[in-house]
Amino acid sequence: MLVHLLRRLGQSVLVLLAVSFISFLVFRHIGDPTISLLGEDATIADRTALISQLGFDRPVPEQYVRYLGNVLQGDLGVSYRLKRPVAELIAERLPATLELALVAAVFAVTGGVALGVYTAIRRDSAVSRAIMTVSLVGVSLPTFLIGIGLIYLFAVELRWLPSFGRGETVQLGAWNTGLLTASGWASLILPALTLGLYKLTLIMRLVRAEMLEVLRSDYIRFGRARGLRERDLHYGHALRNTLIPVITITGLQIGSLIAFAIVTETVFQWPGVGLLFISSIQGVDVPVVAAYLMLIALLYVTINLVVDLLYVLVDPRLRKS
Amino acid sequence: MKTKGPNLIFPNNLTNLFIMSEAWSKANKAETSQDVANKTENFATRNVNGTGPYTLASREVDTRTVLKQFPQYWGRGQFPLEVTELVYLPIKSPATRVAALLSGEVDFLQDLPAQDVARLKADNRLHITEGPENRSIFLGLNVGAKELKYGDVKGKNPLADPKVREAMNLAIDRDAIKTAVMRGQSIPSGIIAPRFVNGYEKAFAAYPKPNVAQAKKLLADAGYPNGFGLTLHTPNDRYVNDEAISTAISGFLGRIGIKTTVVARPIALHSTAINQADTDFYLFGWGVPTYDSAYIFDYLVHTRGKDGRGPTNATGYSNPDIDAKIVSLASESDKAKRDATIKAIWQTVQQERFYIPLHDQVLTYASTPKFDIPVSPENTPFFKFVKVVKK
Repeated sequence: MLVHLLRRLGQSVLVLLAVSFISFLVFRHIGDPTISLLGEDATIADRTALISQLGFDRPVPEQYVRYLGNVLQGDLGVSYRLKRPVAELIAERLPATLELALVAAVFAVTGGVALGVYTAIRRDSAVSRAIMTVSLVGVSLPTFLIGIGLIYLFAVELRWLPSFGRGETVQLGAWNTGLLTASGWASLILPALTLGLYKLTLIMRLVRAEMLEVLRSDYIRFGRARGLRERDLHYGHALRNTLIPVITITGLQIGSLIAFAIVTETVFQWPGVGLLFISSIQGVDVPVVAAYLMLIALLYVTINLVVDLLYVLVDPRLRKS
Repeated sequence: MKTKGPNLIFPNNLTNLFIMSEAWSKANKAETSQDVANKTENFATRNVNGTGPYTLASREVDTRTVLKQFPQYWGRGQFPLEVTELVYLPIKSPATRVAALLSGEVDFLQDLPAQDVARLKADNRLHITEGPENRSIFLGLNVGAKELKYGDVKGKNPLADPKVREAMNLAIDRDAIKTAVMRGQSIPSGIIAPRFVNGYEKAFAAYPKPNVAQAKKLLADAGYPNGFGLTLHTPNDRYVNDEAISTAISGFLGRIGIKTTVVARPIALHSTAINQADTDFYLFGWGVPTYDSAYIFDYLVHTRGKDGRGPTNATGYSNPDIDAKIVSLASESDKAKRDATIKAIWQTVQQERFYIPLHDQVLTYASTPKFDIPVSPENTPFFKFVKVVKK
């Protein structure tokens, strides 16, 4: 067990190093940061001076080692665009993204499981067929289109919900939350729907397929033969066994909810880390882009590590080998 | 302030300099600008100092910035100052921006997507204002290289031949770009200077009607009867419909046999290439904050990189006589003489045609009928002038 843990930890560190190095190489190609720092009308001499001041004229490996050294000491640098420490910026924006991802995940899981079970049990009803057809739309439409469609319906035509932003927020210590105000919740609904819709349809289809499989299995038939009530069979026996793969998938999807919030955040001007990332790429704000990529890599690696370790706990066969 | 010599347009050059109180800067250790390599934050990064009509009440970057009227403003009584509070809400996605205006969440929209202008004009709940922007869009041609890096002609540079440049100029249909690409939101022009810039002349702004036959003949005379291959570098996130303009240019040049491949990229990359003169044929835009032609010459016409001038001249054009004239503009104190020099430089620039001007951008603002917000050519509306319409 310990060997397994150490091996997985070692692999995780390797992945992080690889991500940081690849992202570092990519920075050579996202443009010249001096344009956002000095403007379009700077002289060539000013530009060259700044480039050497920032160390961009040094060999790439040397820059990389210096950057890595700083990161390991907890120093993520200062944003070129906003001229403030990157760690501070990310800490300010992270709550918005996490709240959005959390609400979207709750929406996707509850909605997905409920609809999945319903369409599995009543699989020939007209309602089930309608749900399955509509879910195809959820899978096939790109996120930004769903977002804009929702904005036009609920913000422009009906005027029920705001089209952008996060509403009023409340500062709880270091955490800036929008979950304690009415306008915060109103602002959260459309982005969370947009972000969660694809995951909802994914979970729904997974639950339905698993559930149909389980309902065909012998023990359900024996249970039915024994005279168990349909409700107990469906929810007590079938659903429980259905949920094992669902939990795995959901765990892995949470990482992608946070990472792919970028599109939703841009459409709804949601002030999270994704929006910060997009603005930073356009401004060639290398320190922020680097920190964001590292953060997402760390998140994925951690989630994968936890899932892997959970497998070991759940499945005794993995422990012996 | 000390200048190297008498400078006629000194006040114009101050347009992008912002003044801070010396006592305040000293007290807060903000006398020098933030040192980016040194990882500390300058006090002036997040604290305001100034004498303007509005003062900062709160700021959340990318989210919400609130400005309130400054009670001790010197211009009180001189300007309407009818707007008492400004809430600045950046919205990145164009569709969301328009939705926010239509749903009444915002009163004024500064960056209106070109494709929505016609539709919003028809909406009587909105008030649309239009005006020329201080920004000209043009093509740059590498006339200085011995051989093109991004072209298929070896051993010589077709763009160095004035006949080829004239042929390209004749192939481009600026009016078609205006109607088909810009949806009417442009002012086609033959000079890289908006009409309010000192040195602009109607005669310079005239542009030829497209003439494919004539252009083909010029190309044949220059020794390229079958045309040649060229790469057009263009930004795709900087100017209004920049990539679409370049695609149209590629079509126009194709009609006379110049096979143009369009390479589009974000401005962060495009500017890098221009600053390093690593392109043969490019789309670019230029504004003139000083409202004087010297600014255009200093950056776009002067030989690249000499005496700190010409940093954005990626055409390789170098003319010692013109350089001397440009340098003289900085210290010429006789206005008539200075204007004559400006005219002489423009004549050479127009004749040599190492730039092909396309159009000036048009700015469109949209607001609720309650506000009348005049378009500012710099695209920075002055809210002290704004009047609230009473009904």
